[in-house]
Amino acid sequence: MDARTERVWRRLREIPDPELPFLNIVEMGMVRGVRWTDDGLSVSITPTYSGCPATDFIKEDVERVVQKLDPQGEVEIVLSPAWSTDDLEASALEKMRENGIAPPAERTSDKLRLKGQHGDVACPRCGSGDTEMVSAFGSTACKALYKCRTCLEPFDHFKCL
Amino acid sequence: MSELNSLSTSLLQWGDDALILGQRTAEWCGHGPVLEEDIALTNISLDLIGQARNWLTAAGSRMEPVRTEDDLAYFRTDREFHNHKLLELPNGDFGDTICRIFLWSQFSLLRLEALAAQTVCADAAAIAAKAIKEVRYHLSHTSDWMVRLGDGTAESHERIQASLDCLTPYTGEFFHVAAADEPAIEAGVLPDPSEFYDLWEAGVAEVLDQSGLNWPDCEAPHRGGKDGLHTEHLGYVLAEMQSLARTYPGVTW
Repeated sequence: MDARTERVWRRLREIPDPELPFLNIVEMGMVRGVRWTDDGLSVSITPTYSGCPATDFIKEDVERVVQKLDPQGEVEIVLSPAWSTDDLEASALEKMRENGIAPPAERTSDKLRLKGQHGDVACPRCGSGDTEMVSAFGSTACKALYKCRTCLEPFDHFKCL
Repeated sequence: MSELNSLSTSLLQWGDDALILGQRTAEWCGHGPVLEEDIALTNISLDLIGQARNWLTAAGSRMEPVRTEDDLAYFRTDREFHNHKLLELPNGDFGDTICRIFLWSQFSLLRLEALAAQTVCADAAAIAAKAIKEVRYHLSHTSDWMVRLGDGTAESHERIQASLDCLTPYTGEFFHVAAADEPAIEAGVLPDPSEFYDLWEAGVAEVLDQSGLNWPDCEAPHRGGKDGLHTEHLGYVLAEMQSLARTYPGVTW
């Protein structure tokens, strides 16, 4: 990777996800490509959910970064291949745990998952595997609400998608 | 409206399905029976409206002149909408709402899988592949509720059976080839929708078995939504959805 491309990636890593501000959009797996061509800088990003309201804000943030590096630069939204929680970097999973959110319990290709089941979600506070789902939907499109039966704390679970 | 690419009619049809069901489901915001279900229905609505934006943008980009998602959502009349009739009916009670999303998601998933698998229209495949993940979740959530209500108390059983009896007559339109389906079928993007019937029936029957619910003994005669011939209810949905954009054209906030 050349120096100017690396610089773009570094700048993009400074953009937080508006709904999970302790994560940046690169570790969320939302940046699909950074290219310098004869026409200038082009960055492609992908939304997590089709209706995620954060997508527009993220696009504006990325546009601001791109404009600074290249006033003619462009930001493109791509849908294919569809974003998956498999695209989350390992650092993102760790930061979720630190911030009280249980990361996806498995990868989308796990055998359990392919059979329509899901693995045990460990409590991000006490680590207990004895948890139950309270609601399949949560405060944002990407989360479900769980409760720990050991420490009795409620917590968000980042859904496997 | 002269059209650059005939597939825009089909893309518009898929967008209208998602938009109208999304708008209807959004009416639950602040009215859910419990907080968790209020959030669930609002999240489902958000997914559907997001999918609608993708479909309408793809449809509008093929029109001459090019139309934006907002042009298509806010500045068409009821006769220009191609959604299935089932999706525009009033929400009814919580059971009716769950039952509608359940019957629809079973069908929608089959159609999305066909769209995602074809290689003729790449943008339709991409939108569908993304939507599949979301609709699968909607189906799983509403299937759980069908079982919980069907296999619940005498009253919940009776009421969800009544929802099923009332909505099933609208499902025949899923499998009917309307003018809006033809461009996609001709282009090889989508099979004849009647081919989805057996799989749809098997998926619904599996959940009804677990729920202790009976398949309604009825015909499913309602048609016309895909051809722009709607029930009286669509006009009210559009009046609410479009009023701001029509009163203040070009408004931003």
